[in-house]
Amino acid sequence: MADKNAILAGLAEIVEEETGLETEEVQLDKSFTEDLDIDSISMMTIVVNAEEKFDVKIPDEEVKNLTTVGDAVTYIANAAG
Amino acid sequence: MSKRLVITGLGATTPLGGDVNSTWQAALAGTPGAKTLEHDWVEQYDLPVTFAAEVAVEPAGVLSRPETRRMDRSTQLGMVAAREAWADAGLTDVEVDGERLAVSFATGIGGVWTLLNSWDTLREKGPRRVLPMTVPMLMPNGASGAISLAFGAQAGARTAVSACASGVEALIMAMDLLNTGDVDVVLAGGTEAAIHPLPLAAFANMQALSRRNDDPGAASRPYDIDRDGFVMGEGAGALIIETQEHAEARGATIYAELAGGAVTSDAHHITAPDPEGQGATRAVRRALASADASATDVTHVNAHATSTPLGDVPEYVAMKAVFGQHLESICVSATKSQTGHLLGAAGAVESVLTVKALADRKAPVTINLDNQDPKIPLDVVTGSPRELRQGDQVGICSSFGFGGHNAVAAFRTA
Repeated sequence: MADKNAILAGLAEIVEEETGLETEEVQLDKSFTEDLDIDSISMMTIVVNAEEKFDVKIPDEEVKNLTTVGDAVTYIANAAG
Repeated sequence: MSKRLVITGLGATTPLGGDVNSTWQAALAGTPGAKTLEHDWVEQYDLPVTFAAEVAVEPAGVLSRPETRRMDRSTQLGMVAAREAWADAGLTDVEVDGERLAVSFATGIGGVWTLLNSWDTLREKGPRRVLPMTVPMLMPNGASGAISLAFGAQAGARTAVSACASGVEALIMAMDLLNTGDVDVVLAGGTEAAIHPLPLAAFANMQALSRRNDDPGAASRPYDIDRDGFVMGEGAGALIIETQEHAEARGATIYAELAGGAVTSDAHHITAPDPEGQGATRAVRRALASADASATDVTHVNAHATSTPLGDVPEYVAMKAVFGQHLESICVSATKSQTGHLLGAAGAVESVLTVKALADRKAPVTINLDNQDPKIPLDVVTGSPRELRQGDQVGICSSFGFGGHNAVAAFRTA
């Protein structure tokens, strides 16, 4: 299993790049929509960039299940196996 | 009954400078904006034209990173100019009624970099890698939409798309909005960022671009006998246009009056201008009529004058038809000699320069005019800026575009 801390750090960089939020704000318990104010287009951009960065596939129908940053980290960690 | 409309704020980012003041000072001094392009793609594609007039200040240094990522370069430049105009008008700390605030922001081509970069991504990396923001970034109304969002403009966000006439047409659309009575303030302007190998190759193949690769600064030479085409430029210009009532109520400083404007279409040829300039003539006449001005009120023209062998003459023919003998008393500035041709932003930036000329009573210079074409006997401002007389007067800014578009705005001293 891939290192979750490394995935969180990498994901935080992607979120910062897309939204301008500080990487420290991107915590496992934060909701993408409620806490980080990320809209659906930004979310898809983050997903596509995460797929490239971590060499995983995140199907469109899975994206709606990724409510929190932690959900995304877990999904990527499992997908990266 | 049309309202009295005034200009209270200006913004620009151009090959001459990152704001209005630096652009204006350079335009008075006579500064060539074109340079040899230092991009790998020039050599990669072996482009026949290797120079252009890029903006003096990169927008990425002015905007935040997420803004840069979510906006095409053309929208980025428009946003930079819009912000300057907004602040210049003193609107930053003023409560503006969003439902009475509109945007009219033009472009000739729109997000051409985004479209072609996304096409490259699709072909190289597949559809999954194409950015979800691609469409809102490439659409021609991208800038007007983003600007309306940034300033809370809810009374309409219109986009003039009439090639190189777009920038002036945006001002005329702003007048229409203000004359409805439903709008107090319009953030108007135009933007373009098309210095990409594809438009460069296409314009070069039309024989529209100067090939003076060995001397880029001397390439844009409107009215000169040795002119051989226009020089691609990029940038944006923005103007805050208000009803006089609204401007006076908030104690705004007024640069000039947007007194009138008109558009006509040639219906002659898709790219070539009507050699007799009939459409341009009608546009100037209608603009003066809508300004309630007579030909003899005009002291200054910022001409379209792109430096193409074909284009510069009909504009003179049109001016001669409208002004007759009085043309000898009008000083003409061809500022594309300095800025290059900003396509859909040209009319916006040149309107900013026309307004500055009237406000400061100084017409900017035309460079590279070594041997004036005898077919164009205009009084062209060269060498040093020309002082305009004191008292009320009118300056006009003309723009013409592929498609046979003619757009003319008339400004009166405040």
